[in-house]
Amino acid sequence: MKILVCISNVPDTTTKIKFAEGNASIDTTGIQWVINPWDELSLTRALELKDDTTNGINSVTVIHVGPAASEPTIRKALAIGADDAIRVNAVSSDAWFVAAQIAEVAKKEHFDVIMCGIESSDYNGSIVGGMISEFLGIPSVSAVSAIKFENGQPVLIREIDEGKEVVSVPAPFVAIVQKGIAKEPRIAAMRGIMMARSKPVKLIEPVAVDPLTQIMEFEKPAPRAACKFIDADNPAQLLDLLQNEAKVI
Amino acid sequence: MSVLVYTENWDGKFKKLSFELVSYATGVAKMLNTTVTAVSIGKVDDDELIKLGSYGANKIININNEKLATLDSQAYTSVISEISRKENASVIIISNNNTGKAIAPRLSVRLKAGVGSGVSRLPLNLNPFTVYKRTYSGNAFAHLVIKSDVKILTLAQNSFDLIETPANATIENLNPPVDGSLLKTVVKDVQKQSGKILLTDADIVVSGGRGMKSSDNWPPLVELAALLGAATACSRPVSDEGWRPHEEHTGQTGKIIAPNLYIAIGISGATQHLAGISSSKYIVAINSDKDAPIFEAAQYGIVGDAMKVLPKLVEAVKELKK
Repeated sequence: MKILVCISNVPDTTTKIKFAEGNASIDTTGIQWVINPWDELSLTRALELKDDTTNGINSVTVIHVGPAASEPTIRKALAIGADDAIRVNAVSSDAWFVAAQIAEVAKKEHFDVIMCGIESSDYNGSIVGGMISEFLGIPSVSAVSAIKFENGQPVLIREIDEGKEVVSVPAPFVAIVQKGIAKEPRIAAMRGIMMARSKPVKLIEPVAVDPLTQIMEFEKPAPRAACKFIDADNPAQLLDLLQNEAKVI
Repeated sequence: MSVLVYTENWDGKFKKLSFELVSYATGVAKMLNTTVTAVSIGKVDDDELIKLGSYGANKIININNEKLATLDSQAYTSVISEISRKENASVIIISNNNTGKAIAPRLSVRLKAGVGSGVSRLPLNLNPFTVYKRTYSGNAFAHLVIKSDVKILTLAQNSFDLIETPANATIENLNPPVDGSLLKTVVKDVQKQSGKILLTDADIVVSGGRGMKSSDNWPPLVELAALLGAATACSRPVSDEGWRPHEEHTGQTGKIIAPNLYIAIGISGATQHLAGISSSKYIVAINSDKDAPIFEAAQYGIVGDAMKVLPKLVEAVKELKK
C-alpha cells in the first residue's frame, strides 16, 4: 500500500504577522518556514503505520505544491522519514488550484490513502483535502483523530460534536486529519537528515488551472479594549462588570 | 437565484448554530434581493423544521432517507448539490464546524464553486463578491474575492447574531434515492459523551492552565463552571499531562471556540492557546503574573493566585444567584 501525505509550507506559528505591498500579502522577511503543524502530525502517523510491517505500507510519499523556495521544508519531511517527495512547481494560488494539482498527480500514481491536515495555519481553509477527494471521486472522512488498519482494512476515528464515531472506509480514500492523529510530531534525527539529501524529490510542472478565489488584502483584527483590572479581593466587582457592562452573564 | 443554507440537526433537533446560519443566509439573501432555501437531512419533524422560518427561511427542504442517518461526505454532497442546482442557488451557506468542513470542499468541486471558509461577517462587497475571513490563526483577516458564479461560504460559529425575520415558509419532505456506490463510509460504533455542555456550543467557558498547579485543584473551577452553566476547557499542557480530557484542549491544534465569555484561569496566554480563543466575545484572565500575555488579550483581569481567587469567585457567584 502507498500513502500520500500532503504538506504545506507555513510561517512558524509564533511569527508576528506583518503585511507588505499595500497589505496584499504578508511580509516574509525573517520568517522561519515550517511544515504545517497538522501535516506534520499527519506525516508522523503515516510513518507510524509504515513502521508496523503488518500494515503492509510500502511507501510514504509527501507532495507539496510550491516554488523552489519550499524545498527546505520538503527536505524536513524526508528527514523525518518520508520515502520520497513530489513538488508541483507552482505558487499555490488558492485551495482549488492546489487540490487540482494534487489530484492530477494522484490520478496517475495510485495511492491507497491520501492524508491531509484539516487546515493550514496560514489560510485556515479546511478545503484542500475534501476537494482532492471529490476531484478523484473517492470517499473522504474528515476530523479524523485516529487511523489504523485491522486485517488490512482501514479503521478511523471521526470526531463528532458529542463524541466519536468508529468508521470504516475502503481504500482508496482521503483522510482529513486533526489533533490526536499522532501524539507528537516525529523529529528528524541526524541520520534522517543525512539520508534526506539523497531521497528523490520529483519535480512536476503544474496543469493549467484557474484559481476560483483570491485574497485582495489583509487587515489586522479589530483592536481590543485594554484590560480592566479588578482587585483580587473583590471578585464581586468582576461579576458586576460581566453582568452589567459586558452583559455576558 | 437563491441562497441555500444547510442546517444540520442533532437527533432531529436544531441548535442555536442552525438558527445563526439561517439568520446569516437571510442577511445575504437581502443583499442579493432573493430568497432563502434551507436544506436539512435527517428525521426532523415539521414543527421543528418550521422554526427555520422564524429566522428567514422561505422554503425548507428536508431529506429523510435511512441511508443518510450518518454522515457520508460523498452522499451528503451529492444530495445537497442536486438541491442546489434545482434551487438555482448562487450562494450556499454551511457551518464551519466538522460536518461543514467535510461537505463544503466536496460541494465546491461538484459545483465548481469557490469557497470562503470561516467567514464572520456578511459579504463586504457583491461585485466582486468579497468576504471577510479569518487567516493566520486569527492574527489577520483577509478580504477574499470569490470569482465563480456559485459561491460557498462556511460561517464561523457564534460570529453572527440570531435575527428573527418571520417568513411564510413552505416545507417539502423528500426521500430521493441515494446511489449505493456513494455510501462507502460506514459507522461501526458511536461513543457519545453524555450530560456535559458541549465546548463548541457553550456561551460561557471556564478554562484552566498550568497555573492551576495540579489536577487536584480543579474542583472549584468545575464548581464555577456549573454555577455559570458553562463548559470546561483547558490549555495544551494540562491535557498533555492528563489532568483534563483531550476534548477540553482549546488552542491552535485543539478546539477553536468562540464563546460569549471565556474565563482563563492560570493560563499564560501562549500564541497557540490564543489562536483557539481569540474570537471569544469577552475574555477574563486570572493569573498571578501581571505580565502574562493573556492580559493583552483579555478585557477583564485579576492578578492573583488562582487557588485564592477561585474560591472567592465561586462564593461571589453564589451570592449573585441568591
